[in-house]
Amino acid sequence: MAGVSEGPGFLMTTVNLGVAWARTRSMWPATFGLACCAIEMMGTGAAHNDLARFGMEVFRASPRQADLMIVAGRVSQKMAPVLRQVYDQMAEPKWVIAMGACASTGGMFNNYALVQGVDEIVPVDIYVPGCPPGPQSLMHGILTLHDKIMSGEIQRSTGLL
Amino acid sequence: MTDETMPPETTEEELEAAVVPERPDVASIADLLESFPEAAFSVHEYASSDVVYHMVSVPVADWVAITQAAFDAGFDTFVDLTAIDHFAEAPRFEVAVNIISMTEVERLIITTRVPYDDPTVPTLTGVFAGANFYEREAYDLLGVVFVGHPDLTRILLPDDWVGHPLRKDYDIGAIPVEFKAGSADL
Amino acid sequence: MTDTPDTTATPDTPDVPDTTVDEQATMSVADERRRLHDIWVSGTEERLPFAGATNEGAQELLPRDQDPALDLQRGIAVEDDFIDPIEAIDEERQIINIGPQHPSTHGVLRLQVELEGETVRRVKPIIGYLHTGMEKTAETLTYAQGSTNVTRMDYLSPFHNELAFSLTVEQLLGIDVPPRADAIRVLMTELNRVASHLLSSATMGMDIGALSMMIYGWREREVCLDFFEKTTGLRMNHNYIRPGGVAADLPDGWEDDIVHLIKAVNDGVDEYEELLNENPIFLDRTIGVGVLTPEECKQFGISGPLARASGIDFDLRKVMPYCGIEKYEFDIPLGLHGDANDRYHVRIEEIRESLKIAGQVLETIPSGDYRTPDPKVTPPPRKRIDESMEALIHHFKLFTSGIEVPPGTAYQSVEGPRGEIGCHMVSKGGTKPWRMHWRAPSFAAVQALPTMMSDALVADLIASLASTDPVLGDVDR
Repeated sequence: MAGVSEGPGFLMTTVNLGVAWARTRSMWPATFGLACCAIEMMGTGAAHNDLARFGMEVFRASPRQADLMIVAGRVSQKMAPVLRQVYDQMAEPKWVIAMGACASTGGMFNNYALVQGVDEIVPVDIYVPGCPPGPQSLMHGILTLHDKIMSGEIQRSTGLL
Repeated sequence: MTDETMPPETTEEELEAAVVPERPDVASIADLLESFPEAAFSVHEYASSDVVYHMVSVPVADWVAITQAAFDAGFDTFVDLTAIDHFAEAPRFEVAVNIISMTEVERLIITTRVPYDDPTVPTLTGVFAGANFYEREAYDLLGVVFVGHPDLTRILLPDDWVGHPLRKDYDIGAIPVEFKAGSADL
Repeated sequence: MTDTPDTTATPDTPDVPDTTVDEQATMSVADERRRLHDIWVSGTEERLPFAGATNEGAQELLPRDQDPALDLQRGIAVEDDFIDPIEAIDEERQIINIGPQHPSTHGVLRLQVELEGETVRRVKPIIGYLHTGMEKTAETLTYAQGSTNVTRMDYLSPFHNELAFSLTVEQLLGIDVPPRADAIRVLMTELNRVASHLLSSATMGMDIGALSMMIYGWREREVCLDFFEKTTGLRMNHNYIRPGGVAADLPDGWEDDIVHLIKAVNDGVDEYEELLNENPIFLDRTIGVGVLTPEECKQFGISGPLARASGIDFDLRKVMPYCGIEKYEFDIPLGLHGDANDRYHVRIEEIRESLKIAGQVLETIPSGDYRTPDPKVTPPPRKRIDESMEALIHHFKLFTSGIEVPPGTAYQSVEGPRGEIGCHMVSKGGTKPWRMHWRAPSFAAVQALPTMMSDALVADLIASLASTDPVLGDVDR
């Protein structure tokens, strides 16, 4: 989801590059583990598949201190306003990864109880497929997000730039 | 009509034996059934096992009494309480409570039926405190009202939800999915 | 079987044995703490009488229009950081929301607590934030697809969910599975128990503050998940145990994998015990915390390690065995005090017992079919479809309509890592269940949280919640 671009969209100046580098190298996730995907997210943060090497092992409980919301699991109708509230509380720049099939599209539960895809509530940057996606898939999604920020494809209109 | 084609006449003793139901093997359940003559029971065997369990069906007037009697007879462990919507069969709703006696290692499932226009069942929270959340769930998802429950409110769905989703006349609420022919029967 | 020890000590007769000086000198740290704690408990008042259900209003502690400090709690009434003293409640009690998004809850559990300083006076668990309508979805799926649905309920013990579902369907069908399928089912469910207890001990350690426990627990869990992935294709939510048997046979080389797994996890558990068993901080935070008496467990329907930590000697694998598990030798660890420390010990010991069972399956597994040869239940092997018309027709019917199950009602349960996982299924003929109700063990455990947490400190609330190990997928379904 590109924000306001200045000039030719993918050309980054050194300052922009520096800022993007800083944003990606220490992108702290907010704890938003809901269901089975949360277990795999914890597995990604554990020793075997280490998220700490990307600067991301601190899952901040407070959304004020988080940059990235990994929606890991199925979002029920009752949880939807809570999710929106947590997203609103995060400070810009912020990104959202929809982890798993249920967060991306509602998954195998096409019924009354689930929000059919978290992108009905919040803007999503990366969708990670899987049920649940293994730690390697999640890491691929996170690193893809990093690449997109570094290349300038995903920007935010507020903030420094 | 020759004698070979006529079925043999049933004797008096056979008739007697056919009408009188078997007594369940478990003494406590057998005693329970004697105190509640309108109860009907059945025996089921678990899959991949030799163990059996019993199901007893009573009218709703005996619901609390038989559960209390079972509790006193040793079935003091609460396991489960659920409701089933039979839709076309009347009475429509069935409520089942699943209890265990740890001393005798026996499971007993007591069921009752209530009609659609009066889906009220007395609460079991006086006998088993654990029935609290389970009755709330049955009320939330199926609309069975438990009279005397201390806090009969929705538990799994938001407070302002309308309808009882697990009823058969409540649509599953699926959204149409492109290229998924075959889900037309949903 | 129910010689449950009396865990409520009366002030007049402390039931703590006297220890001599020599005994005290050789006591371990854990035993010394336990002795001191028991002395303290025996001198205090009787436990408050068992109160039963909370009866506050609809999913809130107080009705909104009557709550005088609602705006204060929401941060709307104040613009500065200090609390306006006029708005404070006289009794200095405040209602705090824990969750549904919070790192210390094991999933999206919301607890509304009424605090008086640091002491918890009332707790109301509010659930439903993960309600997925799985019971309704089950009515739209065939019996072969049902495993995919139920496996995601208690997502830490997917094999147990699938087993409960499959056994119930087999009970309705009236079929048996071959002995090799039974042995494979036992192996996978016991390894699942190991993986689940590893995770619950890891998260319990993390919630209490031993962050390294989280890393250690996950390290051993990865060994289990590697084996699952090799056998079933997935690390979690496997859809492997299906009505009629299992989906595929064990892979080549599985014996070496199991031997390696048993050794690795046993060594790991030795490390955890070294880390936590005598650790004074862990002991202080778990001894006497979140106590459940056996009567409360029976009233609420709590089973599994929680009940066994309170001293209830009831394990479905022993008393109502299934899948031939009575052939294997294993013990049931029991606790004495029903507190968080006992639950931790029960889970650690259960890991070792499950590994013993896995070793025995390794030695005694019979050869044969891994699924029942009944053509109405099991699809034929792919090769047969080219050779036989009947096989083709069976394959077609099974995958377009599904398995036909005669009408009836059945209930079957298995011993999951959190307690009794049961499936109450009503079939009216046809290929889809009429009603599938899931007996979730964590649902009963969450109900008992107010009893465990009343008059405790907030830190104890976290520790007792961690030791309860609820899985919200099960609670909300």
